[in-house]
Amino acid sequence: MLAELGEEARPLAGGQSLIPLMKLRLAAPAHLVDLNFIPGLSQVERANGTLRIGALARHAEIESSAIARLIPILQDCAAGIADPQIRHRGTIGGSLAEADPSGDWVPVLLTLDTTVHAVGPAGERAIPLAEFVVDAYTTQLGPAELIREIRIAVPPASSGGAYIAFKRCAPVYATATAAAQLTMNGDTCADARIALGCVALTPVRPAQAEAALRGQPLNAKSIAAAVEAARAAADPPADIRGSSEYKKDLVAALVRRAIETAARRARGESVPGGHLYA
Amino acid sequence: MPDPIPRVAIAVKINGRAQRFAVEPRLLLVDLLREEAGLTGTHVGCDTSYCGACTVLLNGQTVKSCTVLAVHADGGEVLTVEGLAKNGELHPIQQAFVECQGMQCGYCTPGFLLSTYQLLKKNPNPDEAAIRKGLAGNTCRCTGYQGIFRAVEAAARTPGK
Repeated sequence: MLAELGEEARPLAGGQSLIPLMKLRLAAPAHLVDLNFIPGLSQVERANGTLRIGALARHAEIESSAIARLIPILQDCAAGIADPQIRHRGTIGGSLAEADPSGDWVPVLLTLDTTVHAVGPAGERAIPLAEFVVDAYTTQLGPAELIREIRIAVPPASSGGAYIAFKRCAPVYATATAAAQLTMNGDTCADARIALGCVALTPVRPAQAEAALRGQPLNAKSIAAAVEAARAAADPPADIRGSSEYKKDLVAALVRRAIETAARRARGESVPGGHLYA
Repeated sequence: MPDPIPRVAIAVKINGRAQRFAVEPRLLLVDLLREEAGLTGTHVGCDTSYCGACTVLLNGQTVKSCTVLAVHADGGEVLTVEGLAKNGELHPIQQAFVECQGMQCGYCTPGFLLSTYQLLKKNPNPDEAAIRKGLAGNTCRCTGYQGIFRAVEAAARTPGK
């Protein structure tokens, strides 16, 4: 149906972004194709070493799922997106397909091995998340292509992650966000992935910040090096939420907190994370 | 003149009463409730999914009815503020809002009542952090939050909430 209607048609998932955008006349699709009545797209399950999340899984369904208890960074994200009402409707597939630079899911999932499984007139394909988001509000999806499922590799043992988003209040865009996922080998950081949101047109993986931790003992010195590298990698736009300098300082604080929380969780501690309000 | 938009038949149970409607597919749930069902207790505040004044329960879950299509309620159940009181008696949550001055102008109150209803169903004894998180999707522009939080705490202590 999307192929027949052409590029003026938009698929409608949870509608928590698209409906307000249409009311504000920021989006004016000629047709809406409602996906909500398609069955079998809401699973949140673990199959051996892979997590499979259907595109129409609502944030609240992920928040209360067994896999969110297994992987804390998913819990941080799902439990903190916007507010309860929006989490009851909004979907993970819709969030990824929108590719809003302020979105929560992309930076979180970039710290895990995530592939987007899409289906369209040419069949099905798997797209690594890092390649899926092309630009602000732009993905690799063709006009008649839809996300079917998100697949995430279960992180190795002794891993822990954390997502910290800083925002003025629940229903608004975050000022900045940081996600960190660590795999520890004793006191050494065997692997580290970091992603920053709201600091560029697409989420940023600060490669030097990750390199500052990977293979190093996790201590005050290596964390400080990673924090400074993350600050340098962020180029946040000045806007109503703050100046660029303020946001860079904020990113540094969020990355530090995300790394420290991730490290404690990797050791099996239960530590709160998630969204912070000013 | 453009062709009229074909209507879609939907069946929705609103506050326990099964009803049928023929709606334009673009109709919002809040407009179904207010204009078609005549239930004007659900208020439109910001109309952009921010303020939560239009909060209702759809199939047991709070939603912002200004950001849900009426067709999405087809075959489902909706609870609005009109469905809280029973037999002329205020619901314990409503009574607590009255007693604790949990409102100023009252415009946001229906949404707060339904978010409180949801919160106490999921967590009968919320601490202050849980109350703040549970009501994070509702804005009181009179800024009367202290009274609202006191009302939620009082409601949580009431049997039959």
